[in-house]
Amino acid sequence: MNGVKRLSAVLTLAWGLAGCATSGGNPADPLEPFNRAMFSFNDTVDNAVMKPVAKGYRAVLPGFVRTGITNFFSNLEDVWITVNDLLQGKFLQGGGDFTRFLFNSTIGLLGVIDFASDIGLEKHNEDFGQTLGRWGLGNGAYLVLPFLGPSTVRDGFGLLLDFKGDLVVRINDVPTRNSLYATRLVSKRSDLLDATNLLDQAALDRYSFVRDAWLQRRLDLVYDGDPPREHSKDDEDPR
Amino acid sequence: MKTSFCFVLALIASAAQAQETAPDVLVKSITHDVTAIIKQDKDIQSGNLTKVIALVETKILPHFNFTRMTQIAMARNWRLATPEQQKELTSEFKTLLVRTYSTALTSYRDQAIDVKPLRAKPGDTEVTVRSEVKQPGAQSVTIDYEMEKTPAGWKAFDVKIGGVSLVTTYRETFASEVREHGVDGLVKSLAAKNRQGEARPRSGKT
Repeated sequence: MNGVKRLSAVLTLAWGLAGCATSGGNPADPLEPFNRAMFSFNDTVDNAVMKPVAKGYRAVLPGFVRTGITNFFSNLEDVWITVNDLLQGKFLQGGGDFTRFLFNSTIGLLGVIDFASDIGLEKHNEDFGQTLGRWGLGNGAYLVLPFLGPSTVRDGFGLLLDFKGDLVVRINDVPTRNSLYATRLVSKRSDLLDATNLLDQAALDRYSFVRDAWLQRRLDLVYDGDPPREHSKDDEDPR
Repeated sequence: MKTSFCFVLALIASAAQAQETAPDVLVKSITHDVTAIIKQDKDIQSGNLTKVIALVETKILPHFNFTRMTQIAMARNWRLATPEQQKELTSEFKTLLVRTYSTALTSYRDQAIDVKPLRAKPGDTEVTVRSEVKQPGAQSVTIDYEMEKTPAGWKAFDVKIGGVSLVTTYRETFASEVREHGVDGLVKSLAAKNRQGEARPRSGKT
C-alpha cells in the first residue's frame, strides 16, 4: 500500500505542477523537464537491472514456459478487465472476458494454458484509465512515473484503482505475494524486449518517440482500435 | 482480325488486373509471401538484418509511397524544405523506416496474421486495410495500413501498429529538430541515425 501512497503523492504533485508550468513545446506535455528526468532515471534502472534480468529469464526458460507464465498472470488480469468492461457498459465483452477467466482457471490449469483464445474468446485490454477515458475524461498532462514509466495524469489515477483490482495484491502470504510480483515484473519486461529493441532502432529522440507513441496507443485503447480521425491541415498534400 | 482480337483481350486482361488487385488482397498476399519466407529462414530468425532488409526492399518497399510518408511526418515544415532537401529527407526517412520495419520482422515467429476484409465504398481512393497479429497471453496487435489509389496500384502511406502510427510518431521529433537546427539539421541527424544502424547490423536480436 506504500506504493499507492507514493503514487498519489507524485500525481498530486504533477497535478499542481501542470497547472503552473509554462508550456514550452508540446501542449500535451507541460511537465517535459520533470518527465525527461524521470525517463532517464527509469532508463538507468532498466539498463542496470530490469533488462539484464529479463534477458537472463529469456535465455534460461524455454518459450513454452515463458508463455505459460505470461498466460498465468494474464488470466488473473481478466477479472479486473471484466470489471472495467462492465463499468464501460460493454456487457457482451464482459461476459466473454469472465468466461475466459472461468475456462482458463479450470480447463486451462490455473490460466497457464490460454484455452479460451483457442475457442474464439478473444483477450481484451482494459484498465481503469481507459474506463475514465471512456467516460469522457481527457488525458491530462503526459506523465512519466518513477519505475512505472509512461502514463498521464488520468491514467495515473486509473492505476490507483488498478492496484486495488490486482488479485496478486490481495494475497496475504507476503513471500508468495512478493515472488509473484517479481515474476510478473520480469515476465512483462521480457515480453517487451523485442519492442524496446525496436524502439532503439526507430527513435531519433527516444523520449519524444515514446511519449507520442504512448499517447496514440492509449487513445487507440480507449476507443478500442477506432479512435476519431484527426483532420489536421498538415495532413494535406501541399502539392 | 485475329491480332485485334488478341489486342482487345490483352487490354481487358490488363485493365482487369489493374482493377482487381484490391488493397486488402494485396496486403494479404504480401503478408503471406513475407511470413512464409521468414518462417523458413533461420538467418532472419536469428536477427540477420541485412537479409531481412533485402526481403523488405524487394517485397514490401514497392508498395509504399515514401514521399507522402515524409510529407506527413514533416507536416508544415515540408514547405520549408527545398526540393533537393525534400529528396534527401525522403531518402533518409525511407532508410530509417525500412530498417525499423526489418527489425520488427526479425522478431516474427509464427503468429497467425489475419487480414480483415475491406470495408470501403467502391469509389474510395483512400482506404484502411486492417490486420491482426495473434499473440499468446495478450490482446492481438492490430496492424492497419492506410492506402491510396495510384496509377501504379494501391500504395501504403502509413502503418499503424496497435494504433501507433509509424509516421506521425516522428512529427514532434522532426518539428523540434527543424526548430533547433533547421531542415539540414534534421537531414543530418537522420543520416547519422542510419549510419549508426549500419554499424551494428545484427542488433536486431537479444
